Amino acid sequence: MRIETKLAQIGTKKARTTGSINFPIYLATAYEHIGGVSTGYDYARSSNPTRHILEESIAMLEKGDAGFACSSGMAAIQTIMGLFSQGDHLIVSMDLYGGTYRLFEQVLNRYGIQFSYVDLRDIKAVEEAIQPQTKALFIETPTNPLMHVTDLQAITRLSKQYQLWTIVDNTFMTPYLLNPLELGANIVIHSATKYLGGHNDVLAGLIVTKGDELSERVRFLQQSIGATLSPMDSYLLMRGMKTLALRMERHQANAQGLAHFLKEHPLVDEVFFPEFDPNSKRILSEQAKGYGGMLSFRVKEAKLVQPFLEQLQVFTFAESLGGVESLLTYPATQTHADVPADIRQKVGVCDRLLRVSVGVEHIEDLEQDLAQALQRSEEIVYGSESK
Amino acid sequence: MRFETMALHNGNEIDPHTGAASIPIYQASTFHQFSVDQPGVFDYARSGNPTRQALENAIAKLEGGCRGYAFASGMAAISTVFLLFSRGDHLIVSQDVYGGTYRFLTQVLSRMGIKTTFVDTSNLQAIEAAISPQTKAIYVETPSNPLLKVSDLRRIVKIAKNYNLLTIVDNTFLTPYFQQPLSLGVDIVVHSATKFISGHSDVVAGLVVVKDLDLAEQIRFLQNSFGAILGVQDSWLTLRGLKTLSARLETSTKNAEILACWLEQHPMIKKVYYTGLPTHPGHQVQTEQASGHGAVLSFDVGSGAIARQILSKVQLPIVAVSLGAVESILSYPAKMSHAAMPPEVRLQHGITDGLLRLSVGLENVEDIIQDLAQAIETKVSIMISRK
Ligand SMILES: Cc1ncc(COP(=O)(O)O)c(C=O)c1O
Ligand SMILES: Cc1ncc(COP(=O)(O)O)c(C=O)c1O
Repeated sequence: MRIETKLAQIGTKKARTTGSINFPIYLATAYEHIGGVSTGYDYARSSNPTRHILEESIAMLEKGDAGFACSSGMAAIQTIMGLFSQGDHLIVSMDLYGGTYRLFEQVLNRYGIQFSYVDLRDIKAVEEAIQPQTKALFIETPTNPLMHVTDLQAITRLSKQYQLWTIVDNTFMTPYLLNPLELGANIVIHSATKYLGGHNDVLAGLIVTKGDELSERVRFLQQSIGATLSPMDSYLLMRGMKTLALRMERHQANAQGLAHFLKEHPLVDEVFFPEFDPNSKRILSEQAKGYGGMLSFRVKEAKLVQPFLEQLQVFTFAESLGGVESLLTYPATQTHADVPADIRQKVGVCDRLLRVSVGVEHIEDLEQDLAQALQRSEEIVYGSESK
Repeated sequence: MRFETMALHNGNEIDPHTGAASIPIYQASTFHQFSVDQPGVFDYARSGNPTRQALENAIAKLEGGCRGYAFASGMAAISTVFLLFSRGDHLIVSQDVYGGTYRFLTQVLSRMGIKTTFVDTSNLQAIEAAISPQTKAIYVETPSNPLLKVSDLRRIVKIAKNYNLLTIVDNTFLTPYFQQPLSLGVDIVVHSATKFISGHSDVVAGLVVVKDLDLAEQIRFLQNSFGAILGVQDSWLTLRGLKTLSARLETSTKNAEILACWLEQHPMIKKVYYTGLPTHPGHQVQTEQASGHGAVLSFDVGSGAIARQILSKVQLPIVAVSLGAVESILSYPAKMSHAAMPPEVRLQHGITDGLLRLSVGLENVEDIIQDLAQAIETKVSIMISRK
């Protein structure tokens, strides 16, 4: 079955007693042991029928063995980090989502877990970073916000050789475009708040594991830590996932259009979109079905940023991504505010950088909005003398 | 203002924009920023959401704390609070703490280099004897689950202050309606709001309330970093439950008192655990630090065989894990809440194979008595034919 079909059919033919097309929302926390025997559901933190359908679906979509739904992407990441113990070491993508960086450096460090931040495009550098205590690689690809693409096949070859786990944050690509488990990864995590939910209305995280032993360990952690997703949010997430294929197609087409438009714009210095980087383009053409719906760009001067953001009419200036509405984010003060300024500069998250989550609106409205806001900000900053 | 009134009028019940008598469900993961320089109150729902905030403010008021925080489950709340500690720290925890808390401490936190000593916290000398230079906190559940042992919070706080330790109390069983640990000097209160606070067996939720702003800042940071937050609709359902908390607890506690007396006089019941009985060793302390005894009681029927017989014969209470609902719930700690505890530890703690826990609901107490009577008195010979 193809992914479009799997997505549209999430939760169907499961409500056996009523035939309901959509699986019901089970709010119950406790489940009667009928005749003293558990039905398989005991207590909603451990397992809830609605959440179960979601977990089963994401496992199937990511081609893994088990799925787990958490209350946010960060909760999914923290749950996975429960696999590690004091003294363990992980190798991590250099320009990581700021919240993940904060969790690693300000919380998990205190437990004696160490992290090395490496440009994962450089396989040699990755190999050099491996220590005897190294347990896993944690990868975001493409990275946020600079859109660096990691060659997952090459990385998983290396991690197999050193018996490391490969954990991939697949938030940007989604299973519609990329299946890291098929390329040898052991664990996939998602901020399902983003494309999978797709409507800027649910906060959720997902985990998919490969292999029974690993799946059992994550099941234990999900239940013990208890950062589970509620039944209503589980339902909303499945509802969003049904249209993932359609949305991703439109996100991508619009992102490509905007990337080319911005590249030609005189007030824009640089555009980060996988298509424009020959290596990223090659890797994605082999490992994924597209470039995704995210791009970043640098304006000529930092002082353009504020007037530009204030002049936007269609784009929403907000933190987040992956929803039907186009969002613009200023990483330096929003998503990456918790990354120290020197590290931010080093990885290229400067104060001229803006990140776009391209929505599913009409491309011409998006182009016109960026064009007018850039033009107005130029007039505000440089006055008429620039003309 | 008295508790019953404050539960309904605490400043978080009216929507300021429309006057709606119930706070709206803000199903938004992200929030538009109207200005680049002045971030709005809300930016991203993991950090804060208006519906969740209404619940967080309400519980802070009711517990008499300075800030409240809502989590995806009681365990998520507890896991987050434990992230206050670092590798090398030592904790003192009530011996018969909830099984999930025990599991998290012994199987997850222990790997992060945090040591726990489990002591009978109703014994003040035992607490003091367990303190070491690395000790950072005393974590108490009172009354405890399922034997309803009472720990003297005032005296524990005194010891903690002497040694500069934090005190954390799991207030799930009594709720702020009966017991307000912060007013006794405790620093942090945690709740499985899945139980009495929500009260309808339809939400899994956790709450944390802290006494001072310094702790508040630390918990806020951890809540956002780890991301085990409560979903928006569940926040609303929990707020809705909170409105009837006092009325529910009054009725179910009255029922529990009647049942405890009835069970105590029943010839087939070996022992009844309920702090409302003057024979309970914790009765006196409980009367000093709480204004009621709550709706949970346990009783020992002498053997696993009789316990199973009762579980299969009762008609009214649902046989399930969990507690604190409008319906009566009968559970079997040895196989349910404390299944994660090794049998020898469990028996040592007095959680025998004949122990049943009853969370008394809002049914007419005569109906519950009749039902229990028929379940207890059925001939034991039926059980002999079992494998
Ligand atoms: C790539 C990536 N991973 C993880 C997260 C964290 O997810 P959430 O915000 O759902 O906790 C985010 C988003 O904020 C993200 O962009
Ligand atoms: C006293 C106590 N604390 C904590 C918990 C854990 O809460 P939750 O099940 O909401 O994660 C429970 C319940 O199961 C409990 O009874």
